[in-house]
Amino acid sequence: MASPSAPTHILAATRKGLFTLAPDGASWAIERVDFLGDNCSMAMSDPRDGSTYCALEHGHFGVKIHRRAKDQSAFDEIAAPSFPPKPEGLIDTDGFGKTIPWSTIKIWALEPGGYDKDGLIWCGTIPGALFSSRDQGRTWDLNRPLWDEPKRQKWFGGGADLPGIHSILVDPRDSNIVRLGVSCGGVWVTRDGGQTFANEGNGMWADHMPPEQMHDPNIQDVHCLAQCKGDPTRLWVQHHNAMFYSIDDGQSWIETKDVKPAVFGFVVVAHPTDPLTAWYVPAIKDEQRIPVDGRFVVTRTRDGGRSFDVLSRGLPQIPSYDLVYRHGLAVSDSGDDLVVGSTSGGLWVSSDQGDSWCAAPMRLPPIHAVRFVHA
Amino acid sequence: MPRVVFAAALQRHVPSPPVIVEGAHVRDVLDAAFALNPRLRSYVLDDQAGLRKHMSVYVDGVAIRDRSGLSEIVSEASEIYVLQSLSGG
Repeated sequence: MASPSAPTHILAATRKGLFTLAPDGASWAIERVDFLGDNCSMAMSDPRDGSTYCALEHGHFGVKIHRRAKDQSAFDEIAAPSFPPKPEGLIDTDGFGKTIPWSTIKIWALEPGGYDKDGLIWCGTIPGALFSSRDQGRTWDLNRPLWDEPKRQKWFGGGADLPGIHSILVDPRDSNIVRLGVSCGGVWVTRDGGQTFANEGNGMWADHMPPEQMHDPNIQDVHCLAQCKGDPTRLWVQHHNAMFYSIDDGQSWIETKDVKPAVFGFVVVAHPTDPLTAWYVPAIKDEQRIPVDGRFVVTRTRDGGRSFDVLSRGLPQIPSYDLVYRHGLAVSDSGDDLVVGSTSGGLWVSSDQGDSWCAAPMRLPPIHAVRFVHA
Repeated sequence: MPRVVFAAALQRHVPSPPVIVEGAHVRDVLDAAFALNPRLRSYVLDDQAGLRKHMSVYVDGVAIRDRSGLSEIVSEASEIYVLQSLSGG
């Protein structure tokens, strides 16, 4: 099997546009800027056809998606996921009793549907819904089995006002297996391409819930869910009050305790082939959400979560208050390259698995998501 | 026939010059305008076909109140402005 190619671009989805970076000597430079001034909540490069998707969240005009084919210079607006008419008189509320609007508020996850499913795109939204497109985003369907699942009404928002789906993992063994991370609704999985769903995995606990509900898998505030592509039985979670991993395909979750400098954070990424390696970005929980002691660091485990390295070389150790959201850290196909983007607009790249970092010579708008693009 | 003017802020997303269309209620008038410019619909209305949270519509200088039904009456000589609210910016 050929070694994975080096990344050719970085996509940075920011509060003020989509920035595409390309290698520039030992660093990265801005190659193009799209939608400058507009809130870009998510971007995705589809490795099956080289196309780029960009989700916009206009303050007044709603959520939109634009797509650029590989050899196309400009983006074209395509359809955005849209809810069907809400039945007259239907009461649809979340776990706190708040009314769930049947209208797309945020596109929080976009993922290609697998190499054997040409054109299939999955999309997670706020409010917590899963959409799919079978035609590269020209049309979208609300996934009714999940939307009509009564347990959905126990979900609630964490940080955001309403529940949402932010992590979508298409299983490398079988693209009909798709895992979802929900804030706050735990981990859900389908094994039949979206016809049925189950809320799986015991072991997580929520310190902000009453004792009777603390261990309910359906209320867990999973901030981010990650999977090792080379060993998909190995999963990682950055949770609201803890870090968890699973070694049994998500059937059970084990807490990683006493991780310095903090167990709070939003993001985790898994090494693509080494099931024991993953990276997190810690912060002071949860009322403050800033780096511990004003030192911006990434943490890395190489032994399956038993111990962690604190990675700081090249990251700002002067007073630094960069926060990284759940899509703000990415790893390349080889596992060697990392990119991290912060809500203060800082972007750093590593080519040695996080041992050292180089600041990209730019200050970007607040960064929602970063992605590597491979040729 | 009523004349519909769209917010300047919309123009860079969807070019939308003023249109003169038929209709007796705000809903009819907007539907007629969207028939001429289909992309515009989702910029003004949400998934349930109500006025987006941070949009406003004025009929002859008066903001409409029926944001979900868009049932306000429109006259032959009405001027309708579809604007972004200052909220939501």
